[in-house]
Amino acid sequence: MTLIATQSLTKTYGGRVTALADLTVAVEPGIIGLVGANGAGKSTLIKILLGLIAPTSGQVSVLGIDPTADPAAVRNRVGYMPEHDCLPPDLSAAELVTHLGRMSGLPRTAARERASEALRHVGLYEERYRPVGGYSTGMKQRVKLAQALVHDPDLLLLDEPTNGLDPAGRDAMLALVHRIGTEFGISVLVCSHLLGEVERICDTLIAIDGGKLLRADHISAMTSATDVLAVEVSEGTEELAARLAELKLPVARDGRLLLVPLADDGTYDLILGAVAELDLPLHRLDQRRHRVAELFATRELTHA
Amino acid sequence: MPESTAAAVRPAPTGVIHDIGYQRYQGLRLGRRQVFGALYLHGLRTAFGFGRSAKAKIFPWLVVGIVSLVAVALAAVRSQIGEPVATYAQFADAMSWLVIFFVAVVAPELVSRDLRSGVLPLYFSRPLPRADYALAKLLALVTALWLLLGGPQLLMFLGAAFTTKQGMRGVWNELLDLLPGLLYAGLWAVVFASVGLLVASLTGKRAFAAGGVVAVFLMTTPIVGVLSILPSRAANELAGLASPSTLVQGVGIWSLGDLLVEGDPGEMMIGGFGPVYALAAVLLVAGATALLLARYRKVAS
Repeated sequence: MTLIATQSLTKTYGGRVTALADLTVAVEPGIIGLVGANGAGKSTLIKILLGLIAPTSGQVSVLGIDPTADPAAVRNRVGYMPEHDCLPPDLSAAELVTHLGRMSGLPRTAARERASEALRHVGLYEERYRPVGGYSTGMKQRVKLAQALVHDPDLLLLDEPTNGLDPAGRDAMLALVHRIGTEFGISVLVCSHLLGEVERICDTLIAIDGGKLLRADHISAMTSATDVLAVEVSEGTEELAARLAELKLPVARDGRLLLVPLADDGTYDLILGAVAELDLPLHRLDQRRHRVAELFATRELTHA
Repeated sequence: MPESTAAAVRPAPTGVIHDIGYQRYQGLRLGRRQVFGALYLHGLRTAFGFGRSAKAKIFPWLVVGIVSLVAVALAAVRSQIGEPVATYAQFADAMSWLVIFFVAVVAPELVSRDLRSGVLPLYFSRPLPRADYALAKLLALVTALWLLLGGPQLLMFLGAAFTTKQGMRGVWNELLDLLPGLLYAGLWAVVFASVGLLVASLTGKRAFAAGGVVAVFLMTTPIVGVLSILPSRAANELAGLASPSTLVQGVGIWSLGDLLVEGDPGEMMIGGFGPVYALAAVLLVAGATALLLARYRKVAS
């Protein structure tokens, strides 16, 4: 089943500002990272998925339902955590999450039970009876996550869940999101402008920039295909580079290192052969995983 | 796997708390009507400060206390002198100032607070349509105002019914007096709630909202005053249209007649313009409600 699918999705504000341009993407259930700089169109996409705003043109479907035609059916099965502060300071977390559970259609007792369960799962225990106004930013983010979880959705849309958190808080939040996606059996779309953050927990990554799709793929496909070998020799780096180029290996220089894309195991043999032939002192030869960020950087360059 | 074999050998422990992990919800999910009802009841409770801090209870209950006290006093005086001091409708009129202040405190509590804290996206990302949110809040405020006026009217009725000297017939006559009074209280409630909530929904700042509500209701009365002393009979008779309070009174004079003014034409004259007042009241409520819905179509999207 396709979790989210869009077809030529376009959203312009007032005919001039383009938030999304011809976005076509389809993703499977799992943890999906949506990355892009501020203003790339991440929040606009989320609001279209929720049926809060209508796209200018194009089709969209969430859990097989069209949010422009039946927003209530989509919202029934989706939990949304907004980016901005959205908690009334004078209510306690337990009251707020219970009330919002009722607003999602839970009966009174079920709402109360599920609210305390949701708060427990995000790590709020006795504090939940205190007014939210006195909470730390980390606790507030947890309450926002709990209210998205209270009605047991099939998909969570998290808009910048790590916003304003310190490094430890970020790690804890990401671990929590990962747990929801893997142990709870709920698909998660997590939005961030920090690629390094979401690539740690995602199965699938969607990168958008200026409202356009840069790339959408499984994270494994993005990383494994581009593993490189880093070769370092104490001397004769130039000679080795020339020799490898003769062997039709696309060599790149990175400081004292030579980077060679790993095609198959034969690449090792070719490099070792070249080093032995030139009788150079090999310092190291290891496999390096490309960071996803580098992928996008090179991709953008090749497109330019 | 050594762990599982060890667990198999060990007898099952008793009285251990298990983390059963995340549970999917298989239970009932209520439809739009029940969610609307839940939001309406929540709003009604909020109006009287239930489920809120002690501070939020002070003002609503102060007003409730005053109107009840007046009603009890009226009933007591009546049982002594045997003559009604004020009809049910006159009571509602006399309490209108308190109703205005009640609206000024409760309407911001119902809508401005949600605007201020930014909680609306959490509502609107749920199945509940935006219009339902606005209408549930409006209905809650209408009910609160109607209870505020109707409750004391019921006290007056009980006082009169228990002290009547005409037996069941007296109780029946009293009931026939009460029902128009309750309807009139309903008119106050609908007009004041729709206008008050619209004004409060324009700002997230509670003090501004409260000030705005009072301003709309009180600043319009001087206009009525000016119009009613103009040297034109038609202008005088239509003067009441300029302010919500006098508009409601105009409708009352037209529909209830002597139940409100008791033979004596009083200071307010509407001439033959009664239907105009009724139409104006309907238009005012419909217009304010339409604007409220329009406001919530736009806000927080």
